Amino acid sequence: MNAGNALAVALPVWSLFAREVLRFVRQRNRIVGALGTPLLFWVLLGSGFGRSFSPPGLEAGMDYLAYFFPGTLLLVVLFTAIFSSISIIEDRKDGFLQGVLVAPVPRLSIVAGKVLGGTALAVAQGLLLLALAPLAGLPVGWTHFLAAGGVMALTAMALSALGFLWAWRTDSVQGFHAVMNLLLMPMWLLSGALFPSTGASPWVRAVMAVNPLTYGLAALRRVLYGPAIAARLGDPALATALLVLSAFVVLLSALAVRMARRGGRV
Amino acid sequence: MTSSTPSQPAPRAFAGPAPAALRIEALSFDYGRRHALREVTLDVGRGELLGLLGPNGSGKSTLLRILSTLLPCPPGRVWIDGLDAARQGDAVRRRIGVAFQSPSLDGKLSVQENVRFQGWLYGLHGAALAARGDALLTRFGLAARRHERAETLSGGLQRRVELAKALLHAPPLLLLDEPSTGLDPAARLEFWNTLHALRAEGALTIVAATHLMDEAERCDRVALMDEGRLMVADTPAALKSALGGEVLTLECSNPPGLAAALGARLGLAAQAVNGVVRLAEGTGREAVARILQTFAADVLALHVSKPTLEDVFIARTGHRFNRPEGA
Repeated sequence: MNAGNALAVALPVWSLFAREVLRFVRQRNRIVGALGTPLLFWVLLGSGFGRSFSPPGLEAGMDYLAYFFPGTLLLVVLFTAIFSSISIIEDRKDGFLQGVLVAPVPRLSIVAGKVLGGTALAVAQGLLLLALAPLAGLPVGWTHFLAAGGVMALTAMALSALGFLWAWRTDSVQGFHAVMNLLLMPMWLLSGALFPSTGASPWVRAVMAVNPLTYGLAALRRVLYGPAIAARLGDPALATALLVLSAFVVLLSALAVRMARRGGRV
Repeated sequence: MTSSTPSQPAPRAFAGPAPAALRIEALSFDYGRRHALREVTLDVGRGELLGLLGPNGSGKSTLLRILSTLLPCPPGRVWIDGLDAARQGDAVRRRIGVAFQSPSLDGKLSVQENVRFQGWLYGLHGAALAARGDALLTRFGLAARRHERAETLSGGLQRRVELAKALLHAPPLLLLDEPSTGLDPAARLEFWNTLHALRAEGALTIVAATHLMDEAERCDRVALMDEGRLMVADTPAALKSALGGEVLTLECSNPPGLAAALGARLGLAAQAVNGVVRLAEGTGREAVARILQTFAADVLALHVSKPTLEDVFIARTGHRFNRPEGA
């Protein structure tokens, strides 16, 4: 690929990416929606359960606020990435997407611009929330920010690509929400965000093992709790988690590109 | 990637010095079992302003979607600037500017951002993009509004930004689908004045779909479409003069009965069209006296008028332009 070709792929990616970020920043209610709901969940559930439900494996002094914190991060990433993908449905209705499709833009660039845009927003929101980790009794240093940022980026990419796959074929935001409630929320519930896999019934553990979000959460916990506690919670190793996440990113992105190339409704 | 120019096959050569801006040959398109386009053949010359005139569902939007590469096109049917739209999609996309019925503007972005992001999609960047964008915004009288959010502009101004976006990469062919939808009459007039001015400035070819007669009147040529077929394509003047000098229509209580009686008793070719009787082209004024003599009791009103494009449409299709639901 020569420089001219690289530019022909990269410039449209940058165009769609920058638009995604600008739109988000200019719609304050989206920031509140993606960050506020998980934060509220965390405060209410975390403080509510407090010490009455303490997962085995946590160290003394760690309560449910601490246990639930990585799950809250995951929920922020989930909400932001998925809501960013929903905008494809609006773009199609408004005519913006048609404007992109009649331009000489490689379909790969459309997927990349959208997925990277959603990822950037999700990571930014996740890092904002991560700054509150000391309130949960968890340490945050530069290394935590870097490592957690990386894990959230991988998770967000997989989720944005998944959202793209759906949104491309869906013609109403309502339909998308139905999928969200029926599939994505259960995926999050069964990621280990609320309870560890160690005490769950066998079928739940089986579902958790094939759930991509389990690996996103496991990697986050490895980073934030350290390996010892994470191992006691029954989480997969960091390398395994990153490998599985990366595999999902590649697979879902490839599917999204393939679908965009085939056209679909316009 | 297939978007680079050097590796592309040479454009197909045509007989004649320069290929037409747009050539369509026997193009058909089906949505499932519904025929949206049937054997449409049309040539559009460079610098021409062609109006695609037809009622809703006549196939003009489908045609524009194929021309703008949104719908797949069989090979060897559509050439844009001498390039086969089916085989050289990306090269064709560089040569067309498109403005759809639904606006492609992002209301949350400023006018300038809308234009800049569009430029990036086309591989434009840096000083060249800035200069081109500024020139177009100035050309369309938008320079003072460049930092305002697109959603705060009036419908007419938004359309102008839309045009600026479509022309940013200097395409030789501009495709417009119902470009004046949602504009008030003054803004509509202004928009068409802009189109005429643009075409006068350079070798821009424009194909605009419309269902409005007065817009079609302003085109160099009008292609009449109905039920997926291209009925005729000619200048508005030629289309109307082909109908003869005047058009006679009769209002009456029983149009089919009167139409039949006119044929049987006076030998006049008449047809009942949506509640009135319309006499065939070429029926002169002298027929008026004969009709009134024989059918004075049946005729409620008689109109003699210069033919309009709507008359042309009726003569070509046998039905009115805006048919009532279910007709």
